[in-house]
Amino acid sequence: MLNSLMSYFGSTVTPGEAGNQLWALIYVFIIFTGVSVAVMAMNWLERKALAHFQIRLGPMRVGPHGLLQPIADALKLMLKEDIIPAEADQFVFWVAPLIGLLAAFTVYTVIPFGPSQAVSDMNIGILFMLGVSSLGVLGIVVAGWASNSHYPLIGALRSSAQMVSYEVAMGLVVVSAILMTSLNASGTGTLSMIGIVQAQQQQGIWFIFKFFPLGFIAFAIFAIAMVAETNRAPFDMAEAESELTAGFHTEYSGLRWSLFMLAEYAAMIAVSSIAVTLWLGGWMRPFPNLLNAPVWEFIFSLFPGLTFAGLAAIAFIGAARMPGHSFFKIQRIGLAVFAALLGFLALLLLLIAVAGRSADASVAARFRGGIDYVYWFVFKVAIFMYLFIWYRATWPRYRFDQLMRIGWKVMLPISLGVLVLTAVVGVLVK
Amino acid sequence: MIAVSTGMAPVATPWFFYGLAGLAVASGLAVITRRNAVHSALALIVTLLSVAGLYLMLYAPFVAGVQIIVYAGGIMVLFLFVIMLVNIERSSKDRQFNRMWPVGLAAACALMVLFVSAFVKGNKLFPDRGMTLAEGSNTQEIAKLLYGEAGKMGQYTFAFEIASLLLLVAILGAVIMTKKKI
Repeated sequence: MLNSLMSYFGSTVTPGEAGNQLWALIYVFIIFTGVSVAVMAMNWLERKALAHFQIRLGPMRVGPHGLLQPIADALKLMLKEDIIPAEADQFVFWVAPLIGLLAAFTVYTVIPFGPSQAVSDMNIGILFMLGVSSLGVLGIVVAGWASNSHYPLIGALRSSAQMVSYEVAMGLVVVSAILMTSLNASGTGTLSMIGIVQAQQQQGIWFIFKFFPLGFIAFAIFAIAMVAETNRAPFDMAEAESELTAGFHTEYSGLRWSLFMLAEYAAMIAVSSIAVTLWLGGWMRPFPNLLNAPVWEFIFSLFPGLTFAGLAAIAFIGAARMPGHSFFKIQRIGLAVFAALLGFLALLLLLIAVAGRSADASVAARFRGGIDYVYWFVFKVAIFMYLFIWYRATWPRYRFDQLMRIGWKVMLPISLGVLVLTAVVGVLVK
Repeated sequence: MIAVSTGMAPVATPWFFYGLAGLAVASGLAVITRRNAVHSALALIVTLLSVAGLYLMLYAPFVAGVQIIVYAGGIMVLFLFVIMLVNIERSSKDRQFNRMWPVGLAAACALMVLFVSAFVKGNKLFPDRGMTLAEGSNTQEIAKLLYGEAGKMGQYTFAFEIASLLLLVAILGAVIMTKKKI
């Protein structure tokens, strides 16, 4: 048993390629749990960050600094009354959130957390991701129609028109990034997600910096299109409260509404993963070529442990600064326990980083490699998540005709130009 | 120990095939028998997705991916837009099948007889069951066929470009016919 575990950790291919169903299932389970926890954490972070941007405190009561608020929200949504409008189409009303959820979660099959840490490395990785995430539009359209009410129908049609428009620009800049993967000796590129990151590793440059400024413009177009794709501010006309009550999910209450929110946050994480894989070097640590002395390897491998140590320190300081009133005793103890857990995790990661310092195939070295890959990938995706919240706090929303004008008249020509220029420069360089 | 191979051996193939094919047939029947047009469109989406699954079983992941993107993700969204924007509530109260249904049934049976005889007799024309491209490099092989040098490889470049030109003409025609002033 331990033998098979160790032999698994030494494998260099994903479980899907190795034909190992058990580990693929375990990966699927881990990813599902991780994404659900990430969505809850994202919910908390969004409320706290928006509040701090608006010079207020956000949730502070439910747990220490509101840390248990997402759990309270989930409980409330599960216990709410499930209202279905009288004239609504029952079956379609029931199935619509499931379509969106399936489309959002199936994408995680090909997301590469490391060179062999993916559920399966399909040959058509990026094509699969774009295709399945475009199935999410169907969930929204069907949800708006099944509610049998004006506001949801208009919201659904607007939202799906917006998503379809920005998918065009997204696809074109993705193609220009794929073009860059073919600048190798054999002249053949790859659509597989792991292959794209390995092409960046081979060419020694993150694609965002390649053929400057073409890679950067492509990344910028994708970063804007992915915000519009997920109906987030400033492109959230379709679901903003002041515009259309709540758009396509007006008539949904309780658990069904939470399924929509789950699908939306999961889609946000998925498109951020696409951006990280295609332009920001996936699981590679910063400066893999410039600073490649072993001492730099060691310093960068300390980052996971240091991050958790920093979080533990912040939680500990929060616990120390809690008001001394007896009402806050439980919160203070809870936060101190949380800080201790984070500190323990930090200690574990630092131990692994120090023990795996030598490059041999010991257990700690294998662990350290995997942890480092996953950590840098999640770190980059987390930056994107914070950017999503920052956009929502800072910018007013676009009117719908302005939105469509940007999608078709600004982003589409720029992405076409980037594609043509990338192809021309790629041919000239060879 | 784990068998580290470059391809996954197919597993439970009859289950998957009969399941996907049965799902495609059942949802195809649902498309023509539902009274509600949106239900028909959703059933068509299920049909298209199960056909994409069948393509995957034939070791053609690229075609499966393109089927999902173009058909299920593009064309069906367009269908749903049209169904929702055009008032078709009245048609759901009409008769579901008109009076000529025996003629339609006879024509469908004749078509089935044609397909079955083509399959049975044509088995001898294609003895090696056609090409099975390696799954690990499916996209690259298709690219070589489409865009390689003219002659053996790249023999479909011209047809491919002409087909895309046809699509462009169709799009331009639709835009010109609907705009009042360009």
